[in-house]
Amino acid sequence: MTRNERFATWLLVGGPIAVFSVWALADNTRLYLVTLLNSLTLASLYFIVASGFTLVFGLMRNVNLAHGSLYLLGGYVGYVVARETGWWIIALAAGFLAAAIAGLLIQVLILRRMQGQELRQTMVTIGLSIVIADLLLMVFTGQVHQMEAPSFLQGPIRDIPLIKAYSAYRLSLLGFGIAIGLFLWWLLNRTLVGSMIRAGVDDRAMLAAAGVNVNLVFAVTFALGAGLAGLGGVIGAVELSMVPGEDTRLLLASLIVVIVGGMGSVTGAAIGAAILGLAETYGLAYAPTYSVVFTFVILIVVLAFRPRGIMGRPA
Amino acid sequence: MKLNKRNWIRTMCAAAVVAAVSGAAFAQGAPLKIGLLATLEGPFAAGGADGMRGAELALNQRGGVVAGRKIELIKASSNAQPDVAVNAARKLVEQDKVEIMVGPLSGGEGIAVKDYSKTQPQVTFINGSSGAQATTLVNTSPNFFRFNTDGAQWMVGLGKAAMDKGFKRTMIIAEDYAFPYSQVQGFMAEYCRLGGKVPLKAWVPLGAKDYSSVIARIPKDVDSLLVILGGADAVNFLTQYENAGGDLPMMGGSITVSQDVLNYKGKRRDSLVGTISAGPVADNFEGADWRAFVADYRKAYPVSAGGFPSPSLFAFAYYTNMKAALDGLAAVNGDLSGGQAKYRETLSKMVLKTPTGDVRLDGNRQAIGTTFVTEVVKDAQGNLSTKVLRKVDNVDQTLGMKKEDFQMGTRDTPVCP
Amino acid sequence: MNAAKWRRAMNTGPTTGPTRPLPRAATQPAKPAPDPYADSSAPRWLKALWRTVSPRHVFVLALLLLVPFVASPFVTYQVAAQSLILGLIALSLSFLAGYGGIVSLAQMTVAGIAGYAVAVLGASGTASSLGWHWGLVVPLALLIAVVCSTLVGWLSVRTDGIYTIMITLAIGVAFYYLVLQNYSVFNGFQGFQKVYPPTVWGISWRSPMPFYFLCLFWALAGYFAIQWLVRTPFGIALQGTRDNARRMNSLGFNVTATRVLAYAVSGLLAGVGGVLLVWYNGLISPGSVGTGWLINVLVIAVLGGMKHPIGAFLGAIVFILLQTFAIDLIDRERFNLVIGGVFLAIVLFSPDGLLGLWAKLRMHFGPSQVLTSTTQRR
Repeated sequence: MTRNERFATWLLVGGPIAVFSVWALADNTRLYLVTLLNSLTLASLYFIVASGFTLVFGLMRNVNLAHGSLYLLGGYVGYVVARETGWWIIALAAGFLAAAIAGLLIQVLILRRMQGQELRQTMVTIGLSIVIADLLLMVFTGQVHQMEAPSFLQGPIRDIPLIKAYSAYRLSLLGFGIAIGLFLWWLLNRTLVGSMIRAGVDDRAMLAAAGVNVNLVFAVTFALGAGLAGLGGVIGAVELSMVPGEDTRLLLASLIVVIVGGMGSVTGAAIGAAILGLAETYGLAYAPTYSVVFTFVILIVVLAFRPRGIMGRPA
Repeated sequence: MKLNKRNWIRTMCAAAVVAAVSGAAFAQGAPLKIGLLATLEGPFAAGGADGMRGAELALNQRGGVVAGRKIELIKASSNAQPDVAVNAARKLVEQDKVEIMVGPLSGGEGIAVKDYSKTQPQVTFINGSSGAQATTLVNTSPNFFRFNTDGAQWMVGLGKAAMDKGFKRTMIIAEDYAFPYSQVQGFMAEYCRLGGKVPLKAWVPLGAKDYSSVIARIPKDVDSLLVILGGADAVNFLTQYENAGGDLPMMGGSITVSQDVLNYKGKRRDSLVGTISAGPVADNFEGADWRAFVADYRKAYPVSAGGFPSPSLFAFAYYTNMKAALDGLAAVNGDLSGGQAKYRETLSKMVLKTPTGDVRLDGNRQAIGTTFVTEVVKDAQGNLSTKVLRKVDNVDQTLGMKKEDFQMGTRDTPVCP
Repeated sequence: MNAAKWRRAMNTGPTTGPTRPLPRAATQPAKPAPDPYADSSAPRWLKALWRTVSPRHVFVLALLLLVPFVASPFVTYQVAAQSLILGLIALSLSFLAGYGGIVSLAQMTVAGIAGYAVAVLGASGTASSLGWHWGLVVPLALLIAVVCSTLVGWLSVRTDGIYTIMITLAIGVAFYYLVLQNYSVFNGFQGFQKVYPPTVWGISWRSPMPFYFLCLFWALAGYFAIQWLVRTPFGIALQGTRDNARRMNSLGFNVTATRVLAYAVSGLLAGVGGVLLVWYNGLISPGSVGTGWLINVLVIAVLGGMKHPIGAFLGAIVFILLQTFAIDLIDRERFNLVIGGVFLAIVLFSPDGLLGLWAKLRMHFGPSQVLTSTTQRR
């Protein structure tokens, strides 16, 4: 894109947003700021879940449509562990591990046999998602499972200027998102495993030719991606509760984040999650009946002008 | 044996006895099939399971036999979507050949099944627990009967209770489909007439999880919230509201303080204590019939077997409607001939004894019954339940208003900002 | 450039000079099989018919025509007609996926768009319907479906194949949320009730037998249309883009345009299925286009096998039978587990679905014949 084109794009996109922000701030400052915080915190949750999805997609070209079911699995396991031990941190770890192990099993036992048949792998994940979701429904029934936040995060933070009070747990979501983002950045950019994953995203064949055990890298990546979904599940179980149907919602959110942000790119996932969170939350706050249309429009615009997503690279 | 007169008479008597007994067995009649439809999947799965328990309880109280005919219950499941409900109803009616259908559970499904019932005049359709007004108010079906009161009837008395508590400006947060429209209309009809104001109605999609935006939009000048959300949505909202530092007193819709919500697995429930609501049941009602009903429910479905500590309104509604079906059958002695004309007339005219009082049907085959204004309380074990503040009898579909003044609830009506 | 032009270009030109020895024998097309009816005096069209139609086809057609007379109205309506409708929608997916290599999860969305168009523009029980005449509404609904399908195609074809699933799923769910939250046009959660087929020529097309024949007619039309289409130059080009898009591009075919055209064709099929579906249900609501149904259509297509158009209908029959009668055998609540398990088993062990299974069985137990590849297309 030339400099002029870039400038025009920023003006076209940024202009209406700036105008709207000025009007909204003048109209109801508290609502605008609270919505901003709400959207960033929601975006953090979406980022955590979608980063796993994009890692798996980017490296193994596998659209893991069972990602939502793994989210649900992690959430339920975390709920049970939290109830038994009373420690939320242990529940976090348990949720992560449960989903990671499930992901590892799926990759090693099933997906590895279909190396190269991407479509077939995707359909297997669809079948798995239906089966896992129904098994979880059988075990946990349709009852709502609401997990407790850890005691130091319960309740609101009061006396914030302008906003007055905000949920402490929700604010901590932002912290989690940033922490996971930093961890992933460190993993991908400063470790050997990370460099292998990045190399694999760029060119899988060369990675194998360089003597790396590609199967091992795949297994680790899938386990990491699934584990992130499970971690997201435990975190989300406090804020949004666990109910059958959450798997589809989070899967959709991950899909949109990855489409908008670009596959295989964790930075793209962050950008995509931010855009989705902002669009969804501001839409719900200011024009509730059309919030989804905003998301749709953004999706269409991105697909029309940058089919690979904002940070996507050609295959 | 010698063939003499005495032996001959003995044999004849024995033969006569045998003939009489087998004749009576023949006269007992073929089993009667009744279809039962509830939502066993989707957002109301827990409520649907309880509904089925209520219907089975009604059947078991009669020992499974009515007027000498054995009742065969054929179950079907839906997921709160109208097209799935109609498909399930069609299978029950056309494939399994049920003669009476009890169901469905949810408001949108009720309207769709009512439309279907018009194409099957040979089967009697009795409601399960669906509470949308439109089912028996607009385009009524001559073979669709509803023995439970509708969503608007369930809110009678809450408006006055709200004004008594000093709630003069209320914001309404409700799910966006037919049943909450009815509930809102039932509340506002009384509330607005008594001078209350509703400056804002926030309609949220069914199954929405993130209420942060709705909570952020609560105006500064309201003094209470009316929350008409069901199941998981209610739980989410309560948690998120409390975490966001909200402290306005809340009122609940009928399904918001239902047992499936009061019993959700998690600890954030104390904020519910003191919430006023209205509906067809109150867990701690002291009436003798109600106590007997609760005892029967607890004996048949203890908590260990998956039942709730107290029957939910879904169990109650399904129980009432199934009881009506069976009582009507008993009254006509199991005779469903002549296009079920006698049976339907009996249903239209009978006075049904339910655990909360008597129920009659009006001209649209809609129930006229009892509504309770309730408050949520916590007992010694930490379980939540509802206690009675006021009992209103003989609530009819037009809520006591004249037919000309009555407006069915929609998204935009009624209003009193 | 189409196939005919290519052939002409290859067979004329400078290579016909006298000095060039031509390796013609290697590139000449194989001689057509000898015509068994060559000495018959029947007209040519009849001989063509005899060549292509076998007793098996006649038998199946007779069976299909007899269904409403031997089966109960329930089976005719809920099982047979519904299978035909879902089969038609799954056929649109089969066509895209089997012949075009594009797996689109938005086929039920396109069908839903046609259904909603019929409900919004035509007569229904809801006040916001416009109530236009069905002769105007149905073609308009099909047109809207084709246009929307083309749009979906244009958005998703410019990326790699595997991306398409994600994009079409996202578009499908976005449409679901749109019709769920919008009340002015789509009437939100309640949707539209009492959308019935019109009474034409004195027949109520809602009763099981006429409706079944209506569905049968359109299913057969779709089936034969696809059979014909894949033998046309466009169809061959589409299969070429499936096999190797880069090579097709270098041959001068416009791969993007071919794929978008394929989307348009599938949109027409799905649109017809959608109109029939809304008439079958008598209502349309957001649940009809939700994620459950989007995935169900894929399950049906994969179940039957995507290599031949008949697979879509086979898959639909199996799916409907499971759905209708599973509750009598196992818990209705566990239906999803059963269908998911069956789908998983098919994908793991017989990726070509029931048709692939059938071909494998024929290979094992059939009379010894020329080896039949499971991927052979007929």
